[in-house]
Amino acid sequence: MEATQAEQKYNFEVVRWFSIMAVVYLVVGTLVGVLVASQLAWPVLNFDMAELSFGRLRPLHTNAVIFAFGGCVLMATAFYSVQRTCSVRLWSDKMAWFTFWGWNTIIVLAVITLPLGITQGKEYAELEWPIDLLIAVVWLSYAFNFAMTIAQRKTSHIYVSNWFFLGMMVMITYLHVVNSLAIPVELFKSYSVFSGVQDAMVQWWWGHNAVGFYLTAGFLGIMYYFVPKQAGRPVFSYRLSVIHFWALMFGYVWLGAHHLQYTALPDWTGSLGAAVSLAMIIPSWGGAINGMMTLSGAWDKLRTDYILRFLIMSLAFYAMSTFEGPVMSAKTVNALSHYTDWTVGHVHSGALGWVAMVGAGALYHMIEKLWNTRMYSAALVNLHFWMATIGTVVYITAMWVSGIMQGLMWRDYDEFGTLTYTFAESVAAMHPYYAMRAIGGLIFWAGGVVMLYNVVMTVRQAAGQRSSSTAAATA
Amino acid sequence: MADQIHSTKLQDKIERSVFAMFLMLAILLSVGGLVEIVPLFFLDDTMEHNKRPEIVWQRQAGQTLADWKAGEGVRPYTALELAGRDVYQREGCYTCHSQMIRPFRDEKERYGHYSLASESMYDHPFQWGSKRTGPDLARVGGKYSDAWHAQHLRAPRSVVPESVMPNYPWLDNNKVDGTRMAKRMRAMKALGVPYTEDDIASASAATGKSEMQAVVAYLQVLGTMVKFEEGVDYRE
Repeated sequence: MEATQAEQKYNFEVVRWFSIMAVVYLVVGTLVGVLVASQLAWPVLNFDMAELSFGRLRPLHTNAVIFAFGGCVLMATAFYSVQRTCSVRLWSDKMAWFTFWGWNTIIVLAVITLPLGITQGKEYAELEWPIDLLIAVVWLSYAFNFAMTIAQRKTSHIYVSNWFFLGMMVMITYLHVVNSLAIPVELFKSYSVFSGVQDAMVQWWWGHNAVGFYLTAGFLGIMYYFVPKQAGRPVFSYRLSVIHFWALMFGYVWLGAHHLQYTALPDWTGSLGAAVSLAMIIPSWGGAINGMMTLSGAWDKLRTDYILRFLIMSLAFYAMSTFEGPVMSAKTVNALSHYTDWTVGHVHSGALGWVAMVGAGALYHMIEKLWNTRMYSAALVNLHFWMATIGTVVYITAMWVSGIMQGLMWRDYDEFGTLTYTFAESVAAMHPYYAMRAIGGLIFWAGGVVMLYNVVMTVRQAAGQRSSSTAAATA
Repeated sequence: MADQIHSTKLQDKIERSVFAMFLMLAILLSVGGLVEIVPLFFLDDTMEHNKRPEIVWQRQAGQTLADWKAGEGVRPYTALELAGRDVYQREGCYTCHSQMIRPFRDEKERYGHYSLASESMYDHPFQWGSKRTGPDLARVGGKYSDAWHAQHLRAPRSVVPESVMPNYPWLDNNKVDGTRMAKRMRAMKALGVPYTEDDIASASAATGKSEMQAVVAYLQVLGTMVKFEEGVDYRE
């Protein structure tokens, strides 16, 4: 009864569609990742085909996991939680469907254009200018609908998860517009308005804030709704949430320069980036602590609640990554880590350990509510949890070893005072770790397949429950 | 309960109004970017050629790009080199190769003089890269023969057995279109790259060349534009 009333009051249909697509894109995006990882271990897998070569597929992988998977998770969870926390229906159903179809159109365009080599050549912003325009329109439809829903809320105050979503929406708009500034020369070719060192700074202001706002602030918004909801306990500290929210919003923006240490970027900019990066440990851990301590007095739930395992483990990875990142921002450490696999390892500990796992936890929670059922198999949720955790750990361990190893090999001198290793020798040394990383990714991907199966069976089970209850009612 | 303020009056005010929250965010979020990006357009020592003009090619009246010689300073790319650069970007070479040498002893020995900001000032977009799955290419120009480059691009493992680079056999088959390149040079000119009308007209000479020749031309010019003096500190 309560479920049907909620169904009529809120627009959950668009949330259902976004949730299913999120799981599909998780499987697709990580599969492309497994392919490109395997290409580095076994280059024959480039198949001598332009459309399947590493350089063209790598951006397809990053766009698929960040924007297709990450995007659908953010849109599903934002539309779900804003309605529930504001106790009011989405401001515009039509606009929400436009967002859904628009976003998926962009993804299809990415799948077509990126393997064809149609690219602006800037990381995580490769899609060419016509698609960039579409992204701006669709993104604004998402943000505007969200903000207007909050404006019409029944509650006096805006709930904390919505602050994080809003911060993300504002910042991503800035970033996308400025970093995508380009002069079109053909329908599918443009040149960046910026060049050289200025382009480098704009690119990494974008690049790091894509991580900081899209993948962190947005997903902290997810955390602040779904952890207390799944745990059945209030958020640990309101005041902590206020302080760490504003600190993150102000501070995160400065971090981009840490991608350019010891390059032709001026020293002062890099120093600023490093200093603020280190300071960011505090507000980041504030968020991790707030999420984890929400379980205070209810830790035993982790024994039986597998969805909660995803949410809490993700916070552990979040805390770890937000410590590792600032450490890598320091110039001395960066002198070793820059250009190495350590950076890739760091990215994936955040992407797999934090983003994907908190996203999966939120999706499982929502799917149970949206289809008014329990997951088809709790055991499979647990299996997915272990595959995700183990896959992530195998991946990042491989990259820590290979990254630090290659950094040390590049700077090693022999007793005669000459470089010990040729570059090619460092490449040869990477092979076992490239293979290990591909295996870690494969395990993670397979966990996603388990999720997709479980979700499909859950939806079918729910359809079965609905028809049998209708049959019982009409009998 | 809802009227009791648990933090500050300002925070409470912001939490009661999505517009106030939006405004606060819009202001706060713009600071970091403004501080780190804007000065790079105005501070003279961001670009080394402001202190040492010889870093940039001092083109004389009537000179074309063909009159430039290695070491005479940073100049715009020729049509063929630009075509090669476009291929480099299309194939995603920057996902494995950096073009930014750092001021470290081991990098000096392995790659050459550290990269100056002025050297990439005409690169729309920049190609500094973020990963060295393969070696840095900032000063690869002149280090290998054209034949070596072509063979390496066609089949990397035939010259470097340890390589994990994909084969690029299609570069031999694809051709450069000079008219297309002229249009692209014009776009670059609109962005401030100092092409003359003669430079753009000479793009027709690139027609019919293969993409392989274009990429090799691009690689062979990398890092060769500036003549570095001994004992000079270009970046203080």
